[in-house]
Amino acid sequence: MKRLLFVLLALLAGGLGADDFDYRLVAQPVAGDVYAFIGKTEDFDTVNGGNIVNTGFIVGAEGIVVIDSGPSLRYGQQMRQAIARVSAKPVLLVINTHHHPDHFLGNQAFADVPIGALADTRQGIARDGDAFAENLFRMSGNWMKGTEVQVPNRTLAAGRLAVAGRSLRLVALDGHTGADLVVVDEASGVLFAGDLVFNGRAPTTPHADVGHWHAALDRLEQLTRESGFAALVPGHGAVARDAAPIRQTRDWLNWLTDGLRQSARAGLDMNEVLARPLPAVYDGLPMGAAEYRRSVGHLFPAFEQDALEPGR
Amino acid sequence: MKYPLTIAAIALAALMSPAEAAAMKESGDPLASARWADMEKVFLAGSPVLFDPRVKVTAPSTAENPMQVPVTVDATALKGIVEVVVFADFNPIVQVLRFFPEEAPAYLGFRVKLQQSTPVRAAVRTADGVWHVGGTWVETMGGGCTAPSAAAASPEWQKRLNEVTGRQWSQGPNAGRVRLRIVHPMDTGLVAGTPAFHIEEINFTDAAGKRLMRVQTYEPVSENPVFTLHRGAVDGILEASGRDNNGNVFRARIEQ
Repeated sequence: MKRLLFVLLALLAGGLGADDFDYRLVAQPVAGDVYAFIGKTEDFDTVNGGNIVNTGFIVGAEGIVVIDSGPSLRYGQQMRQAIARVSAKPVLLVINTHHHPDHFLGNQAFADVPIGALADTRQGIARDGDAFAENLFRMSGNWMKGTEVQVPNRTLAAGRLAVAGRSLRLVALDGHTGADLVVVDEASGVLFAGDLVFNGRAPTTPHADVGHWHAALDRLEQLTRESGFAALVPGHGAVARDAAPIRQTRDWLNWLTDGLRQSARAGLDMNEVLARPLPAVYDGLPMGAAEYRRSVGHLFPAFEQDALEPGR
Repeated sequence: MKYPLTIAAIALAALMSPAEAAAMKESGDPLASARWADMEKVFLAGSPVLFDPRVKVTAPSTAENPMQVPVTVDATALKGIVEVVVFADFNPIVQVLRFFPEEAPAYLGFRVKLQQSTPVRAAVRTADGVWHVGGTWVETMGGGCTAPSAAAASPEWQKRLNEVTGRQWSQGPNAGRVRLRIVHPMDTGLVAGTPAFHIEEINFTDAAGKRLMRVQTYEPVSENPVFTLHRGAVDGILEASGRDNNGNVFRARIEQ
């Protein structure tokens, strides 16, 4: 009887979808042996467990290349299982696109595989990884159990990379963070844009250099105009077949920085800037109001400084 | 000790709305902070206290960056203000700043470092000896007081220490506003190996030397502090001058 009760309780908990710590990852085909796991357009919490990010993988003739490993050890493990359900080939390389925790904290599940990133990304993970992980333990709770930082052990550089029987073009950009790696799979024409591109979800800016980000978006838009281009996998939000999410990200950054510049010139205090309402066009944009407020904190001081003049 | 007037009489004299009058009370911390009794003892001891909605303290309910939490104190609805003291109940250093409005309206915007979630309060002493208290809770992940300043990572600030930038606004919706930024690490002394190093006093005067406002600042004020105030009836060039706890002085004119 006791055992039956336990089973019933376990079923109930499973029905609520959180206590089994199952991200229910399902590989979504993108194009030509390329797949993505599409996360929710939300903030980290104890219900989504941090599954708010997109990851992906490319199945080559000789093996598999993984692009980003997700927000936790559990995510990385479940991702690897979900990949195995698509292909029995070995994972030969994991790439971390940049040093934000939702993109690399699943690395532990791939500890037996080379993990590559740009040099600055490796440094950033070594430097900030533990603090990022601590923060995610606070936000996502027990989903994070056992998660520890696994720093990438291989430095990637811009250029062509032959791996797993595939030819990848690595494009080293920056702007969302100090180092943002874009991966183009030449055979399929799929472009992994990392967090340089957000689709239907407001961009995050804690380490942004907006001027550089704009330059990166221009470069990305060029890549989508190449004849082989098939699909763009953004860091957050749905897969696109065109450059629309690039323009969406650019529009948000323009709106954000124009507003902060005007506010600083008009003499607004930070609390007044925080209180500005979002325009109707961003009504209902997932995380719009929250990311606006965060971005004020990250970016307003520089605009404020520009608006003030040296005292004499 | 009781304050000299009844709440009803104060509300009537100030033409307060029924909602505001109802929010005014002489005991029972509206922010329900476990530290209130200590705060009262330290800052307001022996004087009558009134929780007063006319003392408006604005800060984000959730602060993303605990090193730079914006706070705006507006007590311009009160008359006869002598002094305003700002403190944060749960900060390791609770006192943030004091300001003495003198010729300027009782309004000051600034940013603070918070170590954990805490009420941020302003207590306003009027000439009749009553402390009028307002405040708001700020939730934050914290660490603001024991994290090193950005300046600690680079010697660049030494060349620019106490450099002042500022501006006055004469037109538009913010006419009469003054904003000022001072380059200073504002080290709290709570980071191992870094002694407390912070601005202690700022005076704002008009061209003739008449003082508009005096501000005493303490360790929790954010690095490279930015202040927002209103010049009131005063016209023309403003002068900002002051010093830090190591005796470094600054003096800068802000053109109108």
